[in-house]
Amino acid sequence: MIDEIHMKPFDWLSEYRERLDDEGRLVRDADHQGLTPARRLRLEAEDWGAAARIAAAMGLRHAGVFADPPDLAPPAQTSTLPDDEEPTITLRAVLEQQGDYLVLETQVPLALPELPSQTPWYPGLDRLERHAQDLVGVRFTDHPHPHRWTRHQAWREGRFPLRADFPLAGEDQRRTQADRDYPFEALTGDGVYQIPVGPVHAGIIEPGHFRFHAEGETVLQLEARLGYVHKGIERLAVGRDAVGLARLAGRISGDSTVAHTWAACQALERASGCEVPARALVLRGLLCERERVANHIGDIGAICNDVGMAFIHMQCARLREDWQRASQAHFGHRLLMDRIIPGGVAVDLDAAAVATLRAEHEAMRRAIAPIFAIVDELPSLADRLLTTGHLQTKDARTLGCTGYVAKASGLGFDLRRDAPYPPYDALAVEVPVQQEGDVAARVRMRMHEVRQSLNLMDELLRRLPDGPIAAELPAASAGAIGLGLVEGWRGEVLAFVRFRNDGRIARYFARDPSWFTWPALERLIHGNIVPDFPVCNKSVNASYSGQDL
Amino acid sequence: MLRILSQALRTGLATEPAPSTDDAELAEIGVALQRRIDARVGRSLALRQVDAGSCNGCELEIHALNNPYYDLERFGVHFVASPRHADALLVTGPISRHMEAALRRTWRAMPAPKWVIAAGDCACNGGEFGCSYACRGSVDQVLPVDVSVPGCPPTPLDFLRALLAALSMPER
Ligand code: SF4
Repeated sequence: MIDEIHMKPFDWLSEYRERLDDEGRLVRDADHQGLTPARRLRLEAEDWGAAARIAAAMGLRHAGVFADPPDLAPPAQTSTLPDDEEPTITLRAVLEQQGDYLVLETQVPLALPELPSQTPWYPGLDRLERHAQDLVGVRFTDHPHPHRWTRHQAWREGRFPLRADFPLAGEDQRRTQADRDYPFEALTGDGVYQIPVGPVHAGIIEPGHFRFHAEGETVLQLEARLGYVHKGIERLAVGRDAVGLARLAGRISGDSTVAHTWAACQALERASGCEVPARALVLRGLLCERERVANHIGDIGAICNDVGMAFIHMQCARLREDWQRASQAHFGHRLLMDRIIPGGVAVDLDAAAVATLRAEHEAMRRAIAPIFAIVDELPSLADRLLTTGHLQTKDARTLGCTGYVAKASGLGFDLRRDAPYPPYDALAVEVPVQQEGDVAARVRMRMHEVRQSLNLMDELLRRLPDGPIAAELPAASAGAIGLGLVEGWRGEVLAFVRFRNDGRIARYFARDPSWFTWPALERLIHGNIVPDFPVCNKSVNASYSGQDL
Repeated sequence: MLRILSQALRTGLATEPAPSTDDAELAEIGVALQRRIDARVGRSLALRQVDAGSCNGCELEIHALNNPYYDLERFGVHFVASPRHADALLVTGPISRHMEAALRRTWRAMPAPKWVIAAGDCACNGGEFGCSYACRGSVDQVLPVDVSVPGCPPTPLDFLRALLAALSMPER
């Protein structure tokens, strides 16, 4: 485990480069631009797989890969591309170690967009690569599951919605058929049967398909099939201005609206060199912690409800409602949508509101104490939650999990401590971990995070500086890129933006932590009984919308 | 157990009185729905919710309808697991094309007469997503809509008012 070792920033990078060099892989430095604090390295496409193999051997975490196609409608007069230059697709992969981020970059020709897959070394990338394949048309030559992922029947095979020749309105206006012929992995054996569930589930919940293989009551295999709420967000981002992009980012996953908006704004601000006022940064921290508290409290209740403990559910639902009403009263939106804007925040707090918030934090602390004590100690809850849905540390690591899912399985990474951005750079954020990796551990992690966020919010209020709450976003130069990284309530939220030469967005990609916790769910459910699926699922609570985009 | 009882006693009753439903816009919403509810259900309404591309913000607020403050069930409105038990379909999201067939099938599985409620800006008019290769852009592109509840997301009170306006009209 890396968290106890404190070394100089990027002291692993020279070793990484050496190892690449030893194998004769050509590596070039590139201007870090708006990717700072991340560094950037350029590779040859043929070395893409080797770069992942070496990174995995060094224990680096992979934070995702995404493809950047040629601009959809490049404003003609100022094209940066000389006529004779071959159009290319750029791929970027983000690696992390000890809180230091490295962006690998390579290019493949649009005419033959092929390169080795990184999935053999990082299984968490499986679906991210297939997403790039379905939307941009990149082919990963040795991908273990090269079939489609995000594409169902809304567009044809061989057509790619993020390419310039694909119309925004789509190519087929007839009714979209239900998906069919998806190659689910089959498991056969005596007494093994399948349970197909979804896309429409029994409750008020997002849609997705789960294919269980079970024997008796025991789950032998779970395969998720997502993509049902694919909204074309990446395509809709193209051509937006910064304000419009922030609104879109706030609707990638409604429960993480603050985290995604913040990450997108951070990327926009880094790309354009915007100095966000200190007061705005503290208010952003406050909003993000509020979102964390709301979701954890709601989920703790829902987890208990899934094992028949309606009492806790109702108590938590009541507290969550109090919390959302206060969000409305102080910030003007129950879910805090559109409160973060490029350059700052949209709402300010006066002195009276600061005092009220403090009192409310204290009231919440008192209110959760007896409820969390019951959750902690009630034998009938322990009976259902202990050892249920166990995620091994090595699975959490190889899949790239972050947030409470990783922390409950012994991996203590938290951007607020390990790669702190303001306002967290001035705060001490402790990151305790649990080793058990079961539903109970995830519940304990979430209870801890609620208490911690309440304290952090008090600390933020104490440090709330005077001054403006927003700055003008300077015009970004053509092709400027930026990377945003925020610790949302689910874990690390990543956002990438690239500007066109007319100041509008050429490319936006948002990587929700759910890309990695969905496969974690598939692993941790193994060996559990089918009726425990809801509680296991809720303890992870990956976002459908956040991964379907 | 004692701790649970004492916590329950200390909490008391959180449920709030029903919101007023007499503003004009809501009355209008109500008339449309009421006509059809009257034909079928006596002051009780079974809802089947389908997320057709929502960002999940609308779902959070629909969930809130069941919290102790709003306690939707006391008005005879409840969520059911099967479309076969449902009087009304509560649809959220801009109708992602990947959910289009599932949404139609859910609607077809409901017994007639049945009605459709479009919940949230996305379901009403496409919201932030609109019409594209990936989204139909609103529920009425796919199903006949009886009631629209705008908002991003609509607050629980918005939902409650719309449903109550319908249910609290004088019976024929
Ligand atoms: S209306 Fe708003 S909250 Fe509801 S699904 Fe659409 S974007 Fe999300």
